[in-house]
This record gives sequence, structure tokens and C-alpha cells, in this order.
Amino acid sequence: MQTAPLVTGHPMSDTIARFAWLIPLLPLVGFALNGLLSLHAAAHPGPADPSGSDDDHDVAHAAPAAHDHDDAHQVARHPSAGLVSLIGPGVLALSFAMTLAVLYQFGIADQAMHEPYVLTLFQWMPAGKLSIDVAFQIDQLSLVMMSIVTGIGTLIHIFSVGYMRDDPGYPRYFAYLNLFIFFMLLLVMGANYPLMFVGWEGVGLCSYLLIGFWFSDKSNADAGKKAFIVNRIGDFGFLVAMFLMFANFGTLSFAGVESAAAIVPMGGALVTAICLFLFLGATGKSAQIPLFVWLPDAMAGPTPVSALIHAATMVTAGVYLIARSAVLFSMAPVAQLTVAVVGALTAVFAATIGLKQWDIKKVLAYSTVSQLGYMFVGVGVGAYSAGVFHLMTHAFFKALLFLGSGSVIYAMHKAYHATHSPEDAQDMRNMGGLRKRMPVTFVLMWIATFSIAGIPPFSGFFSKDEILGAVFARTHGSTLAEAQWLGIPGSLVLYGVYVLGLAAALMTAIYMTRLMLYTFHGPSRTGEKEATHLKEAPWIMTGPLVVLGVLSAVGGFANVPALYGGMGSQLLHSWLEPVLGRGTEISLGTEGVHLSHATEYLLIGVAIAIAVIGIVFAWLRLKPDALVPAKSAPVEEGLERTLLHKWYVDEAYARTVVQPTLGISRTLLWKGIDAGIIDGLLVNGSALLVRTVGWVGSQLQSGRVGTYAWVLLMGVLSVLSAFSFR
Amino acid sequence: MLAESLALSALLFTIGVIGVLTRRNAIILFMCVELMLNAVNLSFVALSKLHGVGGQVFVIFVMSVAAAEAAVGLAIIIAIFRHRQSVNLEDINLLKG
Amino acid sequence: MGNVFVSLLYGFNFYLFGLIAIASALLFVTRKSPVAAALWLVNVMFCLAALYVMLDAQFIGAIQVLVYAGAIMVVFLFVVMLLNLGRGDADSDMRGSVGRIAAGAVGLALLAEVMVLARSRFPEELTLRAAQGLAPVDVTAGVIGPIAGPLFNEYLLAFELTSILLLTAIVGAVLIGKKRVTDAR
Repeated sequence: MQTAPLVTGHPMSDTIARFAWLIPLLPLVGFALNGLLSLHAAAHPGPADPSGSDDDHDVAHAAPAAHDHDDAHQVARHPSAGLVSLIGPGVLALSFAMTLAVLYQFGIADQAMHEPYVLTLFQWMPAGKLSIDVAFQIDQLSLVMMSIVTGIGTLIHIFSVGYMRDDPGYPRYFAYLNLFIFFMLLLVMGANYPLMFVGWEGVGLCSYLLIGFWFSDKSNADAGKKAFIVNRIGDFGFLVAMFLMFANFGTLSFAGVESAAAIVPMGGALVTAICLFLFLGATGKSAQIPLFVWLPDAMAGPTPVSALIHAATMVTAGVYLIARSAVLFSMAPVAQLTVAVVGALTAVFAATIGLKQWDIKKVLAYSTVSQLGYMFVGVGVGAYSAGVFHLMTHAFFKALLFLGSGSVIYAMHKAYHATHSPEDAQDMRNMGGLRKRMPVTFVLMWIATFSIAGIPPFSGFFSKDEILGAVFARTHGSTLAEAQWLGIPGSLVLYGVYVLGLAAALMTAIYMTRLMLYTFHGPSRTGEKEATHLKEAPWIMTGPLVVLGVLSAVGGFANVPALYGGMGSQLLHSWLEPVLGRGTEISLGTEGVHLSHATEYLLIGVAIAIAVIGIVFAWLRLKPDALVPAKSAPVEEGLERTLLHKWYVDEAYARTVVQPTLGISRTLLWKGIDAGIIDGLLVNGSALLVRTVGWVGSQLQSGRVGTYAWVLLMGVLSVLSAFSFR
Repeated sequence: MLAESLALSALLFTIGVIGVLTRRNAIILFMCVELMLNAVNLSFVALSKLHGVGGQVFVIFVMSVAAAEAAVGLAIIIAIFRHRQSVNLEDINLLKG
Repeated sequence: MGNVFVSLLYGFNFYLFGLIAIASALLFVTRKSPVAAALWLVNVMFCLAALYVMLDAQFIGAIQVLVYAGAIMVVFLFVVMLLNLGRGDADSDMRGSVGRIAAGAVGLALLAEVMVLARSRFPEELTLRAAQGLAPVDVTAGVIGPIAGPLFNEYLLAFELTSILLLTAIVGAVLIGKKRVTDAR
């Protein structure tokens, strides 16, 4: 099969784009250098990494490294910290600049780039008729993803310089972070599924490493393991999908699969199966029902990690995967509906949990799960560019929210550290009134909140509206609407998805307002002594926040609906047209889907109304003044407790999956098969057999000549009788 | 007299075997082996009347081997006796690995 | 007539020495004292020497007396005396009755099998009589010549190897039998 269009002759091949391999390589180099520095530090103890010396548990757990209260007890910084702070964000900035240059080349190209630029580096797996190359596919979609990854990545790296400043594992942290960026770029740049899978697994590894960054705490290490194991279930789906593609299409490159998918029967079992398995992979990586449970626990990692990996980039890989397989999914409306329904259910489900969490990062984690559900609704209904658009805006505002919360936690932690208080620095019941202490963070967080809630003209409004509009538009005339999903007409399913989306939007507005209210408004519950220590983070942390704030505010103008006309009209949509256009067209059906302007205005009005209602409702109902600090808070009852305990999903999984698995492993596999049959029967049994035979033999070898004579005579007799009775 | 010689040879050999099986004294055991060798010699000599003098030549070889065996065997018995103060084979299990 | 008498005398002597040999052998294996056993074995060997002579193997008969009865058995007796084993340890020397019965059974089985084999395999040899088919004795060659011829021609290599074997045996016996210096330490 054709693995790629010809490289030569592509208009990009004589521009800077031919050096695009540098973009992932730079973070890899950064990883190598920082890793070496980390190893060096581990070999030369000082204020060392816990991986070098595990004894200093308290320092290792000094979460936001905030030891330097008024220079009273300054922790000596890592010896190579200066170099690391240069390399870590530096390589990323170079990658970002490189990405922008390639993006610029694409932008100024004379004709629209309808063919992706595939940069083949070398042949990786030639196996029979299958040939897999290490090749980078640079097209509009991957460029958007690359820009997000490197751009947001750079900002978060810079933020981390401040946030992780005094952590003993400083070089290790940046090594992991750089490695993550490398794999993430591999994921979005790979020109075939296997290469994408390498990146997919690599980011999973880095996620695991970074969740368990403070691994000397067992709960952190457990959270890392949980993320890793849950992701494996999804990866199984990805692998099966790849096997199916190879078995039936004979190729695994994006271009090959796309052209092969175009000729399979529409809605056939094969393409549906492939898509469903791909979606299983996506649910693992992007934390959708039923595999979302790992993401909230992943907040055990440093907050910038949560921002980068578990909000802005890695978790959106599933959305990217589906957008990448747009044509494939468009051929399978049933799979699309599944994606949309699962996305909508996840959006609502996670939002309900987010309503009642007290940990500021947990709220944001469930918000992420919920927003990812939105993206899946978008790509699920075939509005791929809308999904990618929401992915982009979400990367902006969720990174901002996480970094803002990181800034808050940093301040809280410093305050508690200064007074040696054991209180939880992440519990919102311990916050309150921070708007006076942290004005910059306060303003930026409100921008992000408006954005995520969908208040115009902030970015989230445009993307969320685009998705909801696309769902509504496809309720009639599209292939989705005509398909049956579990016997339910597709149009009915889409209406349901739309309503769920609105419900999730309402709850999003409520829980975000709740978060802001409890954190920044009302009286301070931090404690009198501690409150005096609360102050804004240094500029190296607020700087990236400001940039993200601007992006969150105006990012939506990248794709203003056609309704409004003007310059930015459908910019992203038409930019992504060469990549996603075909898939979108297929699922729109032959008739095409058109909403009247009146309907569109109505939909927008509904969306805005819901956002405003949510915010106002929360503002009026929730009384931050009535809150008490976490240590004296009453125990929740009823539905509240159910929500606080996340609908007991973890407990249900523990009952239905984990404990039976453990039980089977322990009683059947371990004690029964391993210890019983393998160890007992096979290993010890064969040893016993050999020993018995050996014992019998050794008893014969008594060393007494008399016995030997008897045995000899017996032998002679038997030989002679063999002769005589022949 | 050939059949009688061979029968006698077989009888003597069997008596030697029974001796080997029943006695525990190493020296007597050796002598039993000598008896077995003698029985075989008788067969050789008897059959040499039928097949020529080759049998008698063989007897000479058997005798020299028996002499060598007696020399070495008795030396071993003496050496063992020095160690164990016994020539009883029940006490000797040096052949054990 | 004289021939018949010689033949009768020959047969009588043959059976006589044969029966003495069997009786001596039985006495040999049943004696508890090693010295007595050795002397009965010497008796067996003398009988065999007589039988050799009667089977026209005069030279073998002579060296049977010289080597076996004279040399080898003397060495045995010498060792028995040297180790002061003259009074056999009756309790432990002989196996118990079970062992003896089993040994007898094995011996009988062995004998029976040899007989069965011999009857089925070599009937013509066993039916031959001494007078029939036996090559006439070459009187002119004496009794040593017929043996010495093959010994130093056909079997020369084996003969020389035997000499090496004897030399090895001598060296070995001296080496094993002598008191080791290391033992004294």
C-alpha cells in the first residue's frame, strides 16, 4: 500500500518544514540533558532528588516547593537548577518557534495544502507487505496540535520554574516534562497509527512518572499505578483497532487507512468495530466513562503537570485520535453516536461530581473530564473541527485554571508552611477572600471561569456553542440522524445528547462559580496567622498566567461562527478543512445540514442564558460566609455525600472489577495455579520425582560389593533367560 | 569326557557364584572368584580337545590375569584392613559415589 | 582288552577327580575359617590339575599346580596369616539363611539356564565322546611345543600385553600395599 504521498514535489519540502523533525527532537535532547543532570545529582547527594536518597521524606513531599518563607529557612536550591531552568523551558521555546515557522509556511503557501506533508525519516518495521515508517505527517490538524503542545507546554514549563523552584527533584521533573513533550509531539506528528501509538504509550509513561513524582508518598504512587493500569485497558482497544486495520486494510498509515476506509461499506460491521475499539482507546486516554476514574486521582502530581498533561494536552489525545480518523468514524454512524452519547453522559456525570468537591484540583479534574466529554460530543457527531476547536480553547482556559489553582495552592502552602500548620492547602474550605491577596490570579481565574462557562466573548463560549450547534444541526438529515443506536433513532439520540450538553453547561457554570466564590470571595478561612503570609506568586508564575488569560479571552475569535461574518469567520474550520473536511461531509449526509439564522440565534441565546443562569444561581445560592474551615466542617449527608464520593464509582469498580480480579488472582491464579499446580506439581513435583528416582538409584549404590554381586547375577540371569527363551 | 568336563565346569562355576553371594569375607570372596576362573579354565581345556590348543593358550592368559588380580586385590584388602581393621564387605562401602 | 581296561580306569579316575573337586569346592564355600577354605580350594585345584592331565593338557596341569596351587593360593594364605584372620568371624562372614537359600536358588537357576542353553545350542559338541573326533596327540612335538607355538606366534601381542599387565600389577600391589607416609601423619 502507499505509505505516504511523495515527499518530493510537495510544496513544503523545500521550506523550513523539512526540518520539522527538530521539533520533537529538541525536547528529547532536553530530556537527555536534564536526565543526566538528575542522575548526576542523585550520585552526588546534597539537596538531592528523592530518587537518589529516600530518607528526606518531608522535603520530598514539599509539594509546591515553598520553603523560603521570608528567607527564614531557605532550602538550598538544586545545584544544577540554573542550568535545568535554562534547558527545560529553553528547548520547548525553540520547538515552539520552529512550529510557528512551519505554521507560517503553511499559512503563506499559495494554494491550500490539500495534501499533508509527510516527512519520512526512515523505515521502521518492514514486515511482509506491511511497511511502517518513522514518518511525521505535517498538516493543518497536526500543526494545530503541535502549536498547542509546544505553546502551552512552554508556558507551563516557565510556570514550573517558579512552582517547582525548591523541589529536590527539580532536574528529574524537567526531564520527565521534556520527555512528555517529546512523546506528545510524536503522538500528534506521527504519520501512522503505530507511531502514534508509541507517542500514546510514551505520554502514558510520562503521565505515570509525573503523577507519582512524589512517589515516597504511597497514595501518589498508587495514583500513578491506577492511571497506568486503567490506560492499559484503553490501549488494548487501540491495539485491537490497529490489528483490525492491518488485517483488513493492509496498511496503518493515516493516508492509507483514509483511502481504504472510503471504499468500505458505510456503517459496516468492520468499520464500526474498528471505530469502537479506537474509541475504547480514547476513553482510556481521555478519561471518559467508563475509564475516567484515573484522571481525578492523577491530581496527585504537581499542579503544572495537571495543567499540561491532565488538562491541556495528553488527555485530549483521544479527541485527536478520533479527529485523525475522521473519515473512518464518518463511515460508522453507530460508532459516532456511541462516542457522542458517552461524551455527553461523561460531561454530565463528571459535572455533577464537580459540584460537590472541596479539593480545588479535584473540581478542576472533574471539570476536565466533563469538558473532554464535550469534545467527544463534538467529534462524535462529525463536527470534527468543532471538537478540535474546543480542544484548543479548553487547553487555554483549563491550563489557566490549573495554573491559577497552582498559584493559589502555592500561596496557601507557603502560608501553612510558614506557620507549620498541617491544614490541607488544596481544600477550598480553607481558602476564601483570596481576591485581595492575589489580585492577578483572581482576575485571570474569572476570565477562565467565564470562558469555561460559556459567556461571550470569551473563548469557551464559541467552541461550546459550536459543538452544541453542530449537535442540533445534525438531528435532521445527517447520516447520524438516520442511523439507529441500540434501536433508538439517531435523531432522538442527538436531541438527548443536546439536552445533556445543556445540562452539563449549566452545571459547569455552577461549579466554576462555586469554586471562584469559595476561593477568592467571602471572608478568609485560612486562619489569622496564616492569612498574613498569603501573597501573589512571583512574576515567573504569573507571567504565563497572563498569556493564557489573554488566549482564553480572545482565543474564541479563531473560529467565529459564520453567522456573524467578518474577518475571523470560520477561520479554524476552513484551516482544518483539508484534513477534516471529507469526514465532516460524509457525516453531514447528501442533503447537507442547514440551520436557519433564527434557529442559530435561538440556540446561542439558550446557551448564553444557561451560562448566566448557572452563574447567577450559584452566586445567589452559595454563601461563602457560611463556610467553615475543613477541620470543623460537618459531615455531608445524602446526595451531597454521594457526589462528594463521586457516585461511589471507585468503590463500585473496586467491588466489581478490582476485588474479583484480586480474588481470582490470589486464590485461583496465585494459590491455585501458580503455587499449587506450577510450583507444587510441576516445579516441586518434578524435583520430587527426580529426587525419588535419585534416592532409589542411590540406595542401589550402597557401595557394598555383595549387593553389586547380587545385582550383577540378576542381570546375568535375565540376559541368559532372554537367550534361552528366545 | 567332554560333556562331563563341561558339566563339572558349570557345577564348579555355580558353586563359586554361590560362594560369592553368600560370603562376606573379602579374601574368601576372592577365592570364590578364583574357583570360578578355574571352572572356566576347565571348559577351555576340555574344548581345546575339540578346537585346538588355542584354549590352552587362553588358560595361560587367564592364569596370569588371575595372578595379577590376586596380587592387586590382596594388596587392596591389606590397605583396607589397615584402615578399617576388617575385611568384612558389610563394613566396606567405598564404591559408594 | 587292555584298551578297555585303560578306558575304564580313565573313566573311573575322571569321575573320581571330578567328584573330589565338587566335594572340595562345596567344602571350600562352606568353611568358616579362611585357612580351611583356602586349603580346600587348593584341593580343588589339584583335582583340576589331574583332570587337565587326563584331558591331554599336561603343561596346563603342571602350571596349574605351580601357579595356582603353588603361588596364588600361597599368597592368599600368606595374607590371611598376615592379617591374622585365621579364625573366621562366623557371625558376620556368612549371610543369613534367607541369603543362602536365595543364593542357592540363583545358583540353580544359573545352572539350569546354562544347561538349557548348552543343550539347545551345542548338541553336537555335547554328544561327542573323547574317543571320537579328537585330534590325535602329536607325540613328537612333546606337550609344551603345541602350546608354545601359538603363544609366541599368533598370540604374541596378547602375551606381551600380559607381561605389561603383570608389571602393572606388581607396581600397583606394591604401591597399594605399602604403608603410606601420609597415613602416619
